[in-house]
Amino acid sequence: MKNLFIAILAVMLISSVVYMGCSRKDASSIVQGNAASEAYVPPGEYDEFYAFMSGGFSGQITAYGLPSGRLLKEIPVFSVCPENGYGFSEETKAMFQTSYGDVPWDDSHHIELSQTDGEFDGRWLFVNANNTPRIARVDLSTFETVEILEIPDVAGLHCAPFITENSEYLVSGTRFSVPIPQEDVSISTYKENFKGLINYVSVDEESGEMELSFQIEMPGFNYDLARNGKGKSHGWSFLTTYNSEQAYSLLEVNASQRDKDLLAIVNWKKAEEYLAQGKANTRQTSYYHNLMDHSSHIAESTEMTTSQILTPADCPGMVYFIPVPKSPHGCDVDPTGEYIVGNGKLSADMSIYSFDKLMAAIEQEDFADEIAGIPVINYESGLHGILTKPGLGPLHTEFDGKGNAYTTFFISSEVVKWDVEELEVLDRQSTFYSPGHLVIPGGETRKPFGKYLVAMNKITKDRYLPTGPELAHSAQLFDISGEKMRLLLDFPTKGEPHYAQAIPADLVQPNALKFYPIEDNTHPYVAKGEGQAKVERNGNEVHVSMTAIRSHLAPDNIEGIKLGDEVYFHVTNLEQDWDVPHGFAIQGANNAEILIMPGQTRTLKWQPRRVGVFAFYCTDFCSALHQEMSGYVRVSPSGSDVPLMWGLNDENHSEESL
Amino acid sequence: MNFSKPRLLLLLASFLLIGLYLFPLWRITLEAAQFPGGLRLNIWISKFSGDEGGGNIINNINILNHYIGMQDIEPDAIPELKYFPYVVGTMISLGVLFVAVDKTLGYFLWSAILSILALLAVYDFYLWLYDYGHNLDPMAPIKIEGMAFMPPVFGEKDLLNFYVRSYPRLGSIFLFLSVAVSGLACWIKWKDK
Repeated sequence: MKNLFIAILAVMLISSVVYMGCSRKDASSIVQGNAASEAYVPPGEYDEFYAFMSGGFSGQITAYGLPSGRLLKEIPVFSVCPENGYGFSEETKAMFQTSYGDVPWDDSHHIELSQTDGEFDGRWLFVNANNTPRIARVDLSTFETVEILEIPDVAGLHCAPFITENSEYLVSGTRFSVPIPQEDVSISTYKENFKGLINYVSVDEESGEMELSFQIEMPGFNYDLARNGKGKSHGWSFLTTYNSEQAYSLLEVNASQRDKDLLAIVNWKKAEEYLAQGKANTRQTSYYHNLMDHSSHIAESTEMTTSQILTPADCPGMVYFIPVPKSPHGCDVDPTGEYIVGNGKLSADMSIYSFDKLMAAIEQEDFADEIAGIPVINYESGLHGILTKPGLGPLHTEFDGKGNAYTTFFISSEVVKWDVEELEVLDRQSTFYSPGHLVIPGGETRKPFGKYLVAMNKITKDRYLPTGPELAHSAQLFDISGEKMRLLLDFPTKGEPHYAQAIPADLVQPNALKFYPIEDNTHPYVAKGEGQAKVERNGNEVHVSMTAIRSHLAPDNIEGIKLGDEVYFHVTNLEQDWDVPHGFAIQGANNAEILIMPGQTRTLKWQPRRVGVFAFYCTDFCSALHQEMSGYVRVSPSGSDVPLMWGLNDENHSEESL
Repeated sequence: MNFSKPRLLLLLASFLLIGLYLFPLWRITLEAAQFPGGLRLNIWISKFSGDEGGGNIINNINILNHYIGMQDIEPDAIPELKYFPYVVGTMISLGVLFVAVDKTLGYFLWSAILSILALLAVYDFYLWLYDYGHNLDPMAPIKIEGMAFMPPVFGEKDLLNFYVRSYPRLGSIFLFLSVAVSGLACWIKWKDK
């Protein structure tokens, strides 16, 4: 009996040890060396890199520091942000205007930093909206969204906004083909009616302003991801497609039947020539261009009504296809511009194309087929080679500038390092779990900075303390300076980062704006001093030009507001120093609060619902007497004869005093 | 014209005063936890300045000072900033004149006037600082019994959350050198006589 007891105990102990060993990767077995100190940035010191991560379903962008993984800021882009009033203030509402009306949310996927000569220049950041197709520009001196351009006649702008090496264009493609122009047709007429567009948005060299230059009408496939050539391949774009089966239902099966899909290859310099020759058709359409004025800080929305369409059948030499193994996802070009990696997510192998061979095949018209007037290059003719069985589910590849590529494998949950020239696997490291994109600072440019790699994982499971059914997504930082990749750090991320780009802080930090010079403020309701603070009535519209400075709002007593009025609080922050924002909130506001940066004017609309006296206050802890920074509005019944009056410290003004 | 040593020295002393237009005279630095690197107020012969890109230093200091009821620093209301440049200009002209005349009395007169002016300037600076530090608004949000907020004329001092440093800058050094060189000129002139 006693022996039996001991035997059972022994079995339980052994099995529990085995169980623990299997259930969760022990950090000590995967973290080597002094990883903690390598990702540690001491208090008061700065990170070496900024990493800008898309927010996925949050619609925003987050800025992290690398190597620490510290969250620096969430930049609101495609989703309204009650936290600072973006999308709620009168100045920013127009940023959300689209041909569908006001669209207050989106799904942001791919970050592209502006480039000069194939290297990051630290000026702007571009990001796509997947759901209601748009591209936004963020100014990297202010970390604020300053422009949003809608892309017409496409659906699911996943394949965007890939930048060319001198920021000439942002290239994008439709993820879902749709009838063009939109019309009421049966979904089963997909093959005859549905088309895809590849879009070229030009970027102004000086201002960064975007303009839809032209669109190329393509067969109705799903255009998934793209990259542009660099160096010798500059002037060309490469886009992966899936669903060349042209399925319109149960795509997971019906779009996964063919052994190969297609890589689209676009000669955009040729497209520019055809455009100049007038080969484009002008199509009537509708899309919006929303631009923030950098002096008034007011966004203006303009409807655009035409688009230039180029058709490959009319423009020989502009577009080619080459087969790529089974449902490819990412399409990545190495720093030399010679190799194009097709990440065939359902294939066991990866196809790597050679730009020189592609050009030779085009020269020799080494074509296997033609689809809608687009020549299909023979698969073998364009191939540099095949990386056989590197892992399962290759999604995205980045480069370290030393001849190595790093690819994420979603299904086998790992990052694999391989030699691009030799097509040889050099190292593999597990990720936790299932990485989507990865980022190496400068990893898609002509000059990668190497050093670090961040894998952005889609599945988190047991990596952090549990937070109910919904878990934060997880990023993992690897040191890639040596032969083997070394895991340094896990950190949770906001929203669902898809792609990210990382840039040395030196290229961004020196341009950081500390405050907006108030002398440049051209807002129509600005008050550039307390003497200019006033209240004006225009019918039932009341405009309050209010000032904020430590630690009071002026005016802070307002009377003569009546039920039925629409009150606009135009608050100017008079401060001219760094890190002194003020906020403004009023009880019962049906929108949000506003944060006002120094030198800026922001407007909150308020419709009083009840008679009484209502408090407003500064929401951003600005000073030792922040709690005193408040005021009252008296609301009288409609038709009341209480005169309009405002003041500060019992120095009152009325309309007669204006 | 005979360019003797004392004449050249007095000429040099006069021209050294040009430095007063080119460089700030004094600097008051305010250090506090919230202001990494400190806030710097440079006092020039005719204006104030702060750090490049740091915004309007006078406004930023006035915002902080209003909590203790200190009156606003208003450069337009400080007459010295208007007439000091003329006083210094007059001294330079007078110096050149005395060099031309080359009388011993002129040397001593110039040196004495400049020394007295320099002392008066420091005393005037003290009076302004005393006024800012003591003449406080009785309605101030922060009142501390018996506490004055006068920054030091020369040296360092704790003022509430700020550690204040006040030291001369290059402009004052030019003034001091001018006084010294003119004294030397007097001495040589006197000795040669």
